[in-house]
Amino acid sequence: MSMTITEKILAAHAGLERVEPGQLVNVRVDLVLGNDITAPMAIQEFRRIGVERVFDPERVVLVPDHFVPNKDIKSAEQAKVVREFAREQGLTHYYEVGRMGIEHCLLPEQGLVAPGELIIGADSHTCTYGALGAFATGVGSTDLAAAMALGEIWLKVPPTIKFVYHGQLPPWVGGKDLILYTIGKIGVDGARYKAMEFTGPVIEGMSMDGRLTMANMAVEAGAKNGIVPPDGVTLRYIEGRVKRPYRLYHSDPDARYEEVYEFDVSGLEPQVAFPHSPANVRPISEVGLVEIHQAVIGSCTNGRLEDLREAARVLKGKKVHPYVRLIVIPGTQEIYRAALREGLIEIFLEAGAAVSTPTCGPCLGGHMGILAAGERCIATTNRNFVGRMGHPESEVYLSGPAVAAASAVLGRIAAPWEVQ
Amino acid sequence: MEKLRGRAWKFGHDIDTDMIIPARYLNTSDPAELARHCMEDADPSFAGRVQPGDVIVAGRNFGCGSSREHAPLAIKACGVSCVIAASFARIFYRNAFNIGLPILESPEAAAGIRQGDEVEVDLGSGTITNLTRGEQYRAAPVPPFMQEIIAAGGLINYVRRRLGKDEV
Ligand code: SF4
Repeated sequence: MSMTITEKILAAHAGLERVEPGQLVNVRVDLVLGNDITAPMAIQEFRRIGVERVFDPERVVLVPDHFVPNKDIKSAEQAKVVREFAREQGLTHYYEVGRMGIEHCLLPEQGLVAPGELIIGADSHTCTYGALGAFATGVGSTDLAAAMALGEIWLKVPPTIKFVYHGQLPPWVGGKDLILYTIGKIGVDGARYKAMEFTGPVIEGMSMDGRLTMANMAVEAGAKNGIVPPDGVTLRYIEGRVKRPYRLYHSDPDARYEEVYEFDVSGLEPQVAFPHSPANVRPISEVGLVEIHQAVIGSCTNGRLEDLREAARVLKGKKVHPYVRLIVIPGTQEIYRAALREGLIEIFLEAGAAVSTPTCGPCLGGHMGILAAGERCIATTNRNFVGRMGHPESEVYLSGPAVAAASAVLGRIAAPWEVQ
Repeated sequence: MEKLRGRAWKFGHDIDTDMIIPARYLNTSDPAELARHCMEDADPSFAGRVQPGDVIVAGRNFGCGSSREHAPLAIKACGVSCVIAASFARIFYRNAFNIGLPILESPEAAAGIRQGDEVEVDLGSGTITNLTRGEQYRAAPVPPFMQEIIAAGGLINYVRRRLGKDEV
């Protein structure tokens, strides 16, 4: 019987020949993840279970990234709980400030995610790893605690929606624009409980950074997971990173999909999501005059090297508008160093941007760029909910790095070609 | 199973976890402290006025966004007895069951109940009674596996049982 890639990975980890959408399965996990917000609660629940050790110290990853470097005493206490647990359990993959990154930029980069694997994380954007042809989904702290103890979790097999992208991506249009456009079409609950499978010639021609951006935002459509069929791009990306055996799964040609969307992207413009929903999307030509006070380039959505390159291409030789703060946050220490070597950091500093050590920072309204009442920010992040970056009366607009950089220069939401 | 009774607090569609508990308060996981800021960005007066037993009634996709378990925890800690919504986002749905916050899916109830209505919920049968308007609604049945988790007293107890330990 035919299955989708998502169904095949779930079946393999459940030890079953086949699974069907709607079926509850108990699956073995290859990796579990927690951060400085979700892990402290999970650790407390883990203690309540009453087991001494995690199921495998090499498969439990803890990354303090949300409120680090610690922004206040309480967050320092939280991070301390995580750090001490990591030491007590002898976890191989605990990442300290100065050697860390935003979890969803860090794990693929460090080779902790391989195609065909099953990963759960106590963070909703765990779905990012689907870009490598893995099944990855977000859960809460109690689920993390149970998975740390058992190395297993129960999941409902989701039905799959297939997205096929045809055509040629125009200049300055990338993964972020594709996913914003897609969410704009199906809505914030358009894929609720479902798998989003991203396919077609445009995806095949897309870099891993672009794919990671797309899978990252699957949860913004309510999806359980986003997934890209593994191919040559995937293999090149994991080469030298993943040192253990892995398996490539592909959907059968006659696999059953709940729905299939076909998009021609040849005429697609850069997209902007207006407050307060990632589905409230408009093409750049219909944005009108929206003055901004801040621009943020970073996050697990667009804090990778390619994103920084794109921003630098716009910012080279330009100055940030006098009324605007531009904050650039490389996703990991590695990305930071690569950007330094390539001269990108120099370009940002020359332009008058603030460059931060890797952190989630302003993305969730934590620190490093909180907005006051009435302030407006364009950000390459993934959520623009009420109060997401600070005051409940502030506003966040979502875009790709090129639009964010152009907007920082012009002081209003702008297309990159307006700066050239 | 017990019956729950309280006043309804009505919210719209796509109530996200940042509205339920903004990230600026996530530097703690103390339920009492989280409760003080529950629903703050949707209705700043909520946490100060909600009474034990009250019910949150919302539209589609309640709890979308972050995986933070602080969201159902804040709701539970401020005394809300259950959440009724037309539909729930999936991580919130899991989390609510895992921490023992009763939630019911009922588009009918979400449409019929108004702000301030007196509501009675029978968790066993999934019947929701609107005492103010004299109406009854049905909730979607809770999947059998979820019932097992509830019967065990939450996921942690369920796991303890699987590992052959006593309940806590
Ligand atoms: S960068 Fe933003 S969305 Fe990504 S993990 Fe951090 S807080 Fe969450």
